[in-house]
Amino acid sequence: MTDSALPSKAPAAAQSDDSEGMSFLESLPRRVVTLYLPLFVILVVLLFPFYWMALTSIKPDEQLIDMDRYNPFWVVHPTFKHISKLLFETQYPRWLWNTMYVAVGATTLSIIASVLAAYAIVRLRFRGAEAVGVLIFFAYLVPPSILFIPLASVIQAYGLFDSPLSLILVYPTLLIPFSTWLLMGYFKTIPYELEECALIDGASRWQILVKIVVPLAIPGLISAFIFSFTLCWNEFIYALTFLQSTPNKTVPVAIVNEFVDGDIYKWGSLMAGALVGSLPLVILYAFFVEHYVSAMTGAVKE
Amino acid sequence: MTTVQTSMPVPAAGADMPSLWMRLRTNRNWIALWFMLPAAAFLILFLAYPLFLGVWMSFTDERIGRTGVFVGLENYQWLWDDSIFWLAVFNTLLYTIVASAIKFAIGLYLALLLNRHMPFKALIRSVVLIPFIVPTVLSAIAFWWIYDAQFSIISWSLIRLGVIDHNIDFLGDGNMARGSVIFANIWRGVPFVAITLLAGLQTVSPSLYEAATLDGATNWQRFRFITYPLLTPIIAVVMTFSVLFTFTDFQLVWALTRGGPVNATHLMATLSYQRGIISGRLGEGAAIATAMIPFLAAAIAISWFGMQRRKWQQGSNND
Repeated sequence: MTDSALPSKAPAAAQSDDSEGMSFLESLPRRVVTLYLPLFVILVVLLFPFYWMALTSIKPDEQLIDMDRYNPFWVVHPTFKHISKLLFETQYPRWLWNTMYVAVGATTLSIIASVLAAYAIVRLRFRGAEAVGVLIFFAYLVPPSILFIPLASVIQAYGLFDSPLSLILVYPTLLIPFSTWLLMGYFKTIPYELEECALIDGASRWQILVKIVVPLAIPGLISAFIFSFTLCWNEFIYALTFLQSTPNKTVPVAIVNEFVDGDIYKWGSLMAGALVGSLPLVILYAFFVEHYVSAMTGAVKE
Repeated sequence: MTTVQTSMPVPAAGADMPSLWMRLRTNRNWIALWFMLPAAAFLILFLAYPLFLGVWMSFTDERIGRTGVFVGLENYQWLWDDSIFWLAVFNTLLYTIVASAIKFAIGLYLALLLNRHMPFKALIRSVVLIPFIVPTVLSAIAFWWIYDAQFSIISWSLIRLGVIDHNIDFLGDGNMARGSVIFANIWRGVPFVAITLLAGLQTVSPSLYEAATLDGATNWQRFRFITYPLLTPIIAVVMTFSVLFTFTDFQLVWALTRGGPVNATHLMATLSYQRGIISGRLGEGAAIATAMIPFLAAAIAISWFGMQRRKWQQGSNND
């Protein structure tokens, strides 16, 4: 069962998960107190904000502000008013499209660059390959918070200010170091013998990469893609700094800047915006849980 | 005739050219250069160059719309006497230390819980990670609503339970706002710590625990003398990342408080944005950002030495 969640931990995990281990030593009441109860409390705290987000986005306004007559933990007559207002009266679809466009563009560029770089570092073993690997790891540790001011003037100088294209070009700096390290780990597991055979048969390095290495590293590519996509969707400070005009914004920036007026009834549409903005990622995650987890743990361990 | 004459020197050049071409084509360093080019271009243009540019800008009085002139350490002297800057430094350290410590404690505890045998294990593990998937700003907005001064669900519940008699002003009071922001950060960071530590826990062989139990070890002894030593390398790496990302956090605070009330929750990153982009004093903003670098270097050094100690993993096939 857990094998599907963490496939990369193959032998040890399978062994410890499928056998009951020493759990027969514990009585049921003890398990309830030491395991189920704390786990339940933590899960409730972790998930409550999402419940609250979803509930608020379908709650009619009068129930939002009248907490005495209506129990705030439930909704009596759910409404889709906030969501339809969001989708048809604001530029939300446009912002969603921008976010998607930037995320797909930046992720694709990064994966291509990372595949080439990881292959060169792991398999071409050029002079200084190890040093380059270390440098890329350091690049992973440079946070956007110290780069956004100089980057803003660089972007200005290239004439890309207020254009989603600027984000497509800048986000790879966040994604390439991570994806390269992840893919280096995957490429190391591909046997040398396959490449040697291909070289003997006269294949060029490029053919080896495209026809042998990449197809064998598909799970790694999916992991890198999903994780990079999520990072793009999550990125905030560059988008906030580089994008000025309302129609060009991405969802996180627009949510923070465009909905925050003095209106007491803003909460419904604000929560609907947060919910709709989160859903694509949660759905993607639901389909690729195992890739996501292996990306996250793989990047930390490598 | 002419064709014969011109063709005479060609074979000689042709014999030389392919060999040079062939040598280049099979030269590892030459091929690798081309393979590295796209990644290097991105990282040099948009990472290395801005990093140096940022340090340079911190020594100028550049503003939005006009280029600056070199002013030496003036920005830093200005910041040195600025109590708001020191408040931001204090907040950043407080935020990082408190949030990281609690994230580590709860994350490790959650990882130990998730490592045990229970029904629906895969489902529960997947669900735990959701706070980490959802964009920070969007969950911060949900927290903003949960922390609302008038309609906070926490205040409502506590009043109904009879614990307090008036609404808590979560984001209006300085210390309360710090606590609220730290809680939101912990909420988002715990899943990452828990799931990565869980991956480390799964590489610990169950037979070690069985042997220890036979020798009469208590639960605490099993944790202290088996789990903890085997987990140390991965703890070092995970916590370095956690500290790094907490220290440079921007979006959570910006979405929740924008540094308010009265600068009480300004972190160095948010202050840098406030001064650099909103007020337009790019040089001063860059100086605040540059002041973060020594702390980051310390975190990276710790990470580096943590990585050195992960020899234990190289026997297992989990990359």
